[in-house]
Amino acid sequence: MTLLEVKNLSVGFPTPDGVVHAVNDISFSIDAGETLAIVGESGSGKTVTNLAMMGLLNSNTAQISGTARFQSHTGEIDLLGIDPNELQKYRGQDISMIFQDPMSSLHPYFSIGDQIIEAHQVHNKVDPDVSKERAIELLGLVGIPDPASRITSFPHQFSGGMRQRVMIAMALVNNPSLLIADEPTTALDVTVQAQILSLLKDLQREFKMAVILITHDLGVVAGAADRVNVMYAGRIVESANVFDLYAKPAMPYTQGLLDSVPRLDRPHTNRLSAIPGQPPSMISLPDGCSFAPRCSRISEVAGSKCLMIMPELTLRTDAHSARCFIGERAGA
Amino acid sequence: MTTPILEVTNLAKFFPIQSQGIFSRVKGDNKAVNGISFTLNAGETLGLVGESGCGKSTAGRTILKLYEPTSGTIKFEGEDITSYSASKMKPLRTKMQMIFQDPYSSLNPRHTIGSIIAASYEIQKITPENGVKRAVQDLMERVGLNPEHYNRYPHEFSGGQRQRIGIARALALKPKFIVCDEPVSALDVSIQAQVINLLDDLRDDFGLSYLFIAHDLSVVQHISQRVAVMYLGKIMELAPTEELYKNPHHPYTKALLSAIPIPDPILERKREQIILSGDIPNPVNPPTGCVFNTRCWKAQDKCRTTEPVIMQIGASQVACHFPD
Repeated sequence: MTLLEVKNLSVGFPTPDGVVHAVNDISFSIDAGETLAIVGESGSGKTVTNLAMMGLLNSNTAQISGTARFQSHTGEIDLLGIDPNELQKYRGQDISMIFQDPMSSLHPYFSIGDQIIEAHQVHNKVDPDVSKERAIELLGLVGIPDPASRITSFPHQFSGGMRQRVMIAMALVNNPSLLIADEPTTALDVTVQAQILSLLKDLQREFKMAVILITHDLGVVAGAADRVNVMYAGRIVESANVFDLYAKPAMPYTQGLLDSVPRLDRPHTNRLSAIPGQPPSMISLPDGCSFAPRCSRISEVAGSKCLMIMPELTLRTDAHSARCFIGERAGA
Repeated sequence: MTTPILEVTNLAKFFPIQSQGIFSRVKGDNKAVNGISFTLNAGETLGLVGESGCGKSTAGRTILKLYEPTSGTIKFEGEDITSYSASKMKPLRTKMQMIFQDPYSSLNPRHTIGSIIAASYEIQKITPENGVKRAVQDLMERVGLNPEHYNRYPHEFSGGQRQRIGIARALALKPKFIVCDEPVSALDVSIQAQVINLLDDLRDDFGLSYLFIAHDLSVVQHISQRVAVMYLGKIMELAPTEELYKNPHHPYTKALLSAIPIPDPILERKREQIILSGDIPNPVNPPTGCVFNTRCWKAQDKCRTTEPVIMQIGASQVACHFPD
């Protein structure tokens, strides 16, 4: 069952220098219980995509267009068309989000218990004691030792990894069907990252929820995702099943990204293959393919077509699509 | 054998913690670096890895005498610099430099990059052969920046380019030894690879020695000849790179290596992973015995009472009672 279907989402931010085209006409969908990873470098638009869907962008400063059909507990809704006050009913109930920085996303003045209880009370007309029980249950589930007494602790009394666990408990308190995890382990050390990723995997199975995992780390994606969208300069440039993507990346950018990761499982080579240059300015995107100025395979396409025309996202094999003139199927 | 360029013996750096109030007194020490020893040979790169709070950055800064060491000795080119004053250090600074982690906060936003790079010459009162401007532009070209951007300000550059500015600044005085403190961890992977390759080339061209501090073991593997793994202010294992990654002897090294995800879904999903429980203890009150005993799955009574001494296993130095 398709849980969320995003069509033609664009987000622009007007600035004195021009409109920053953060997200350009992207479409994707996610099924119930599935893990979709959105990978890209800083500024590729992966976070803005999700903030737009959650209604967390200021409508005075962001120009948003497109639709996002979501199967909520009350039926189908359009996350982008719905009234912001109405959206409040679904946020934290059907869709939750965890953020990158566990240091700044918890309120320092309130105990973690109060914060989780509040998240439960907003959506459930129940006695606060019921919410407290639920908070203790969740804190136990995410692996906080002795949750009944830690519930009165404040965020500063926890380490980074523990705070991220608290964030996860808060996100799951209402049994959401979709969890958006925005770089959930980027601020954590690798040993703690391993703990959090395995926790998320267990909880996803237990709560049967879909997860949108936003990350720049291709190693994390390899272990956690079912499908992957690769984003570059505000567009989806490749979308595939995780195994297909790593086995035969179709877009030179994906290939370049995979090649530039230093790897421990391969024999040590002295040079990393870097992608030359840097991402384009999001104010004046190039006419053709956004990646063309950095692409090593540009000469394979005749007549500098890459620099003039933006390739479409076309299907290559079963459910594997890419935005590149190379390897396009004839007549596609 | 030639003398190593850097020799660090039992180096410690404690930060006193003051109690609040008028009659503030020292109520404890944050034992950031707690007795580390290693040497660095000319032309070599030593990787210093560990998780946040393990003291790796403090170690780097103390070695450059940006912090006053609490105890231990630092010898640079055979010269004991441990108790040198700032003014006595100044001429030595032409030989030892630093590259910082954050390319945003380590460049003065009000200065042009030309004047940022040229500042080293001004401070040391050195006039390069063909004039300051020429020297700076040569450096910019060498690190892959357009020399015509001499008069631009840091905000006009991207993160990767700013890191190149920081590198050019460190190279200006033709140093012999550079402490690289997480030079690529703020950069995207595609840019990270560019900067690592650049650092590699520069080492060969200028005959530099690096102390390369990072939390990312895969990056360190690429650039280092030897790697030291730190945990809570102490070195757990120090070994030649190949050896450390192939045959880790210390349980912490093993856990750290196994925590790094492999960017290949097939391998990643079938490999055995050691997931450590808990967090790094507070360095104000480190555990007795081996500092890693609270998270170690092999810990026994001996580990909780007796601190392991460093022993030699093959080419590796390991601080563990029960190494593999």
